[in-house]
Amino acid sequence: MAEYDIKETLDCKGMLCPMPIVKTSKKIKEMEIGDVLEMISTDPGAIPDMQAWSNQTGHELLEAKEEESLYRFVVRKTH
Amino acid sequence: MSKENGPRRLALISSKGTLDWAYPPFILASAAGAMEWEVAIFHTFYGLPLLKKELDAAVSPMGNPAMPMKMPFGPDGFQKINWNIPNLLMSNVPGFESMATGLMKQTFKKKGVATVEELRDMCVEMDNVRLIGCQMTMDVFGFKREDFIDGCEIGGAATFLEYAADSDVSLFI
Repeated sequence: MAEYDIKETLDCKGMLCPMPIVKTSKKIKEMEIGDVLEMISTDPGAIPDMQAWSNQTGHELLEAKEEESLYRFVVRKTH
Repeated sequence: MSKENGPRRLALISSKGTLDWAYPPFILASAAGAMEWEVAIFHTFYGLPLLKKELDAAVSPMGNPAMPMKMPFGPDGFQKINWNIPNLLMSNVPGFESMATGLMKQTFKKKGVATVEELRDMCVEMDNVRLIGCQMTMDVFGFKREDFIDGCEIGGAATFLEYAADSDVSLFI
C-alpha cells in the first residue's frame, strides 16, 4: 500500500462524464504539489476516464477502485 | 509556432445548434481542458448561437428518428418505454419541439448530466480553452458582438486554421 495523507476529498457522486475529471482538475489546480486528493464518484465511466486523465496530465493516480458501488480515486498532484 | 514540447492540442468546429448537438463540443472541450490540453472551439453557422449570452438551444425530433423519447418521471418501467411516435406526425403537433426539449433537459438533469450552460461556463473558466465565434456567420445572421458572452473571441476561417494546423486532434461536429 502506498503511503499518503489525504488532504481533501471531492464528492462527485451523481455526476456523469465529463464532470468528475473536470471537477478533479479544478480542485487539483487549487492544491499544492505533492498534495493528495480523494475523489468519490458514482460514474462507472470514471474508472477509465480518471486513468486517461492521469496519463495525460501526469498527476499520479494512486488508487482507483470500486467500493460498495462507489468509485474511489486517490490522486497526487505532481506539478 | 512549433508544438514540439507543448501540451496536446484539440481543435473543434461546432456547427450545429440543437440541444443534443450542443453537448459534444462542450463535453470534449471541457474534458480536454481538464486534461491540460490546449483547446479551441470554432463556432460557425448554427453552432454560433451557442455563444449567445442567453442560450436557447432546443432539440427537434423531426428528421431525427434515432432519438429515444423517454419520460423523465413515473415508475421505472414507464421511464424505460421508448415512445415510438412517428416523426412526421409529431413534428406537426404544436409545442412538440418544446416538449421534446423539456423532456431531454429533465432526463439529462435526473441522470446527472451537466447542462450545456454549465459545461460552457467550465470552458470559459479554463484559461486553456478558447471559444471563437465566426465573424462571417455573425454578419450573415445579423448578430452583434454584444449578443455573445464576454469569454469568447471573434475570428474567421484563417484564425481557426492557424490554430488547427498545430493541433493533435481536429474534429468537425
